[in-house]
Amino acid sequence: MRLQYPTNVRVIQLPCSGRVDILHLLRSFEDGVDGVYVAGCMEGDCHFLTGNLKARRKVEYVQKVLESLGIEPGRIEMYNMSSAQGPRFAEVAREFTERIKELGPSPVGQAQAA
Amino acid sequence: MIVGDSKPLEEILSMIEGRDKVLVLGCRGCVTVCNVGGEKEVGILASALRISRKKAGLPPTVEEMTLERQCDPEYVEELADVAEKYDAIVSIACGVGPQFVAERFRDVAVFPGINTTFIGGALEHGVWAERCQSCGNCLVHNFGGLCPIARCSKSLMNGPCGGSASGNCEISPEVPCVWDQIVQKMSAMGRLQELEQVWPNKNWLTARDGGPRKRVREDLKQ
Repeated sequence: MRLQYPTNVRVIQLPCSGRVDILHLLRSFEDGVDGVYVAGCMEGDCHFLTGNLKARRKVEYVQKVLESLGIEPGRIEMYNMSSAQGPRFAEVAREFTERIKELGPSPVGQAQAA
Repeated sequence: MIVGDSKPLEEILSMIEGRDKVLVLGCRGCVTVCNVGGEKEVGILASALRISRKKAGLPPTVEEMTLERQCDPEYVEELADVAEKYDAIVSIACGVGPQFVAERFRDVAVFPGINTTFIGGALEHGVWAERCQSCGNCLVHNFGGLCPIARCSKSLMNGPCGGSASGNCEISPEVPCVWDQIVQKMSAMGRLQELEQVWPNKNWLTARDGGPRKRVREDLKQ
């Protein structure tokens, strides 16, 4: 499977989506990224039982923080897919990239570049 | 422990508006345990404030520091070399923290980043409940270890009021009637007759009603 997905997506590997931290997510926005999504396993299929559920809650927390700061909460999203769903991974990468393109560059990154 | 809640980000942002250099100051005491004012929360708040500043094109000078405790002068003293260089210090300790910092550093503007809510404990991870009202005269042993002062909406000492229904308080079906709990507990322990004791009006002078409280321990004082 030589699946194509947008080159702007930078993959950061973690042992489990539950390892994602609110600070990881916030710091990436601080550094000016336009969007972040967390790709965890299917709900109910977590090897550590609740890692992906915890990741979702952290993503939701950051969505609220962004909203309070006047930044579109849609710039961060949680997706669930299994490691056997390569085509879905590529599809999500395209889907999220499209969403971010519609939202435009992050106001943080823009202010920094100015 | 003292339990608190983070203030809304919007409120904190409006407090520090126009102030360039900001320090977010955490506390490793109670507020660390209730996940609202420790090193982790300092990082989260500081990061959110930096994002906001960068977005507005302002200098993102928001620094982080966490003291062992903000309610002891020797720890607050750790700020001595740095406090003056900030235009605002946002303390996310309980209400004692911002006051101790403001008293020690008189020229620095100090802002509270959390609302101190109550003295309580964790029922489970992420759930806290009030257990003590610091009335200054503990009587819980008379009520099966359950405090009617802190846990009864009316602080009744001589049994439930007419608002107790199906084990809940009339203020909300989610608030258990502590008097129902007291009676159940004392019955289970075979001590129900102890509740026949009639309590006269409580002397509230030891509570907040006697004015701000201060305690001097001659055996410890230097």
